[in-house]
Amino acid sequence: MSKLILTRRGLLKAGVAGGAVLAAPMHFIRGAHAAEYLNQPMGSTVKFGFNVPQTGPYAAEGKDELLAQQLAVEHLNGEGDGGMINTFSSKHLKGNGVLGKKVEFVSGDTQTKSDAARASARSMIEKDGVVMINGGSSSGVAIAVQGLCQEAGIIFMAGLTHSNDTTGKDKKANGFRHFFDAYMSGAALGPVLAKAYGKDRRFYMLTSDYTWGWTQAASMEKFLKAEGWQLVKDVRTPVGAGDFSSYITPVAGSGADVLILNHYGGDMINSLSQSVQFGLRDKMANGKNFEIVVPLYSELMAEGAGDNIKGVYGSMNWNWQLDNPATKAFVKSFGEKYGHPPSNSAQTCYAQVLLYADACERAGTFNPCGVVAALEDNTGSLDGINSPANKGFLFEGLGNGKTLYRSADHQCFKDVLVMKGKEKPTSKYDNLEIVQTTSVGKVWYEPDNDMFSGGDLGKCNSGA
Amino acid sequence: MGAAGCTNSCAEPGCGAGTLDTIILQILNGLDKGSAYALIALGLTLIFGTLGVVNFAHGALFMIGAFCAVTVQRLLNLSFVQIDPTRKDFLGNPLKVQVPYVDSWFGHDVGAVLISWSVPLAILLAIPVMFAIGVAMERGLIKHFYKRSHAEQILVTFGLAIVLQEIVKYFFGANPIHTAAPGTFSGSIDFGALIGLAPNVIIYPYWRMVYFLFSVVILGGVFAFLQFTTFGMVVRAGMNDRETVGLLGINIDRRFTIMFGIAAMVAGMAGVMYAPILAPSFHMGMDFLVLSFVVVVVGGMGSLPGAVLAGFVLGILQSFASMNQVKTVIPGIDQVVIYLVAIIILLTRPRGLMGRAGVMEE
Repeated sequence: MSKLILTRRGLLKAGVAGGAVLAAPMHFIRGAHAAEYLNQPMGSTVKFGFNVPQTGPYAAEGKDELLAQQLAVEHLNGEGDGGMINTFSSKHLKGNGVLGKKVEFVSGDTQTKSDAARASARSMIEKDGVVMINGGSSSGVAIAVQGLCQEAGIIFMAGLTHSNDTTGKDKKANGFRHFFDAYMSGAALGPVLAKAYGKDRRFYMLTSDYTWGWTQAASMEKFLKAEGWQLVKDVRTPVGAGDFSSYITPVAGSGADVLILNHYGGDMINSLSQSVQFGLRDKMANGKNFEIVVPLYSELMAEGAGDNIKGVYGSMNWNWQLDNPATKAFVKSFGEKYGHPPSNSAQTCYAQVLLYADACERAGTFNPCGVVAALEDNTGSLDGINSPANKGFLFEGLGNGKTLYRSADHQCFKDVLVMKGKEKPTSKYDNLEIVQTTSVGKVWYEPDNDMFSGGDLGKCNSGA
Repeated sequence: MGAAGCTNSCAEPGCGAGTLDTIILQILNGLDKGSAYALIALGLTLIFGTLGVVNFAHGALFMIGAFCAVTVQRLLNLSFVQIDPTRKDFLGNPLKVQVPYVDSWFGHDVGAVLISWSVPLAILLAIPVMFAIGVAMERGLIKHFYKRSHAEQILVTFGLAIVLQEIVKYFFGANPIHTAAPGTFSGSIDFGALIGLAPNVIIYPYWRMVYFLFSVVILGGVFAFLQFTTFGMVVRAGMNDRETVGLLGINIDRRFTIMFGIAAMVAGMAGVMYAPILAPSFHMGMDFLVLSFVVVVVGGMGSLPGAVLAGFVLGILQSFASMNQVKTVIPGIDQVVIYLVAIIILLTRPRGLMGRAGVMEE
């Protein structure tokens, strides 16, 4: 049996040791509290997360986005020729990183699936400690990741997302969209289509069965009906269906004379090619030439669809053929580095990275609430639009002319391009032509518009 | 009712094409899908019947076949660069014009025809390549799993399918690659007018017609090979009783290896010809595999005619389920109809439509 002997010295030692053990967790907790917001960069670098589809039907867009994001990071860090930093109207970026910190990035694969995208975003936030997530193609993914970023306390700079819901009923304070939306496509396309094909038309729609497809179809229906067109039928098709023949064949005998394909990416390549194979474009219906319309275009899809897009109308956020200094600067640095002109998803992601970095510089912090305030700004407004909602952060020199990041819903407002598949392309990049630039006033809507109402921006979340 | 007769009532489901037109249309639509299912299921059944292996990598073979078409298209389009100083590229430099080698070797006209016919030409590549892949797969991997359980065979072949997919993705990227049919077959035929119905309603692309005829020829060829050649007779005997055939001094293993190669070849050719219908992508095999496996089960494990019959039946059923009229009544039915039919058939005829007793029942 051992005896417990207490001495004064022993008691002191035990006390100190015990105190140290008790104090240790406090020390760690205090360390955590030292950060004012989630993933506050402490060292000499700051990390961005680029979450893009590297597999799935939208993978080609994702690849181009990642190239643009890498280029943006180089330009922010002062490498390369600076691209659109030189033309950007806000002059806070100096090519020395952001707030003096060198920019690093990690990338994730959204697989064009909401759950996979959330998982990769979560891993970038929790494991890699990113302050901002950018990129993505597919509104289903964008809305899912935007929700996650809001909960976590990270800024989400959306990539290619075109559903009205992203800045409509699913809008979030921490999320910002530079890309245009389905409503704007409809508003821009309606008058052009009516002018090209006449007022007396009957249209049939095939629609991707998820948030983007639904709002795209609703927007086309609204603006085409306004031109006097009649809707024959709107048929929902699964994403990634591959063979659309069973959906296409009923179109021929439906009494419609226009087919609207609310499809994107690989789906659009397949549905358009198959529609052409089924002879729809050679067909006469109701005494008129049968026409096909693809409301949302991209260069990559146009390239994939080959000859089938000739003469087909659509809309775009931006195109490398635009004649302005910013576009020329971007096309030059992107083209010289990668050997092909950038797509509109590439431009949108590049612009988003710059806009985020610029907002951090203006706010003087990476704190999401500071960044939100800087991007909302509220001092700018577009000319010629008389609306109380016409205020936010106004900028130009990122390729789209004067652009407003509207503070009411974090949606960008700018001119919309109406495009058409070129009849005689001179090279494989020269497959689309700009038919018309629809001015921002014609595609403007109020934040409480039917197609965008419901939902609440809420308050910025810094994750602290 | 033709397009002209359709006026104000077209918001109603079922308006537009008449019932007969619609039925003919969906049967035609089902034929090309069914042809692909039948060709894949035939290969699956051949492998299962001879070697007793459930080959989950069979869809990947179909996909590799489709990429044979892409490869030939790329090979024929291999080009050298000619600078055209009169035109400018997107950066304002003189345009670099890609001139295909075949153009400079055979002249532009012959070159253009060769490129246009790249898909049928790809069959010439696919036959030896797919046969070799099949034999290598059987000798290199699958033969080590004959004595293992079906579950383990499924796991290893499934794993192999994923490996093959990733290899293809590495070389060709993730995006579907548009592969055009020969110009001669690029249009479509007005099938309705041909059989005396209203024109402009039943329109069917030439290439899908070609695909159907092609699959009938291949299916006929495989059956004739098994029925009318000594080799086929031995294989059929081996499928019934492998041990006895072996005791007769026949090297049945070698013949089964060749059958595996033939099954791979059939899947590959099915893939080559399908490329113009569905732009090849690395995961197209998986989409077809699951359905083809259901086709095999519905047709009856180990029954060749069953596989073919079920392939066409399920292809056509799937087309009918995608009809607006059906989808208005039961939304989403187009996604699940094949599995529903599989459940019903397995409940009522557990051996499938034409299944034999004693297969997978030991």
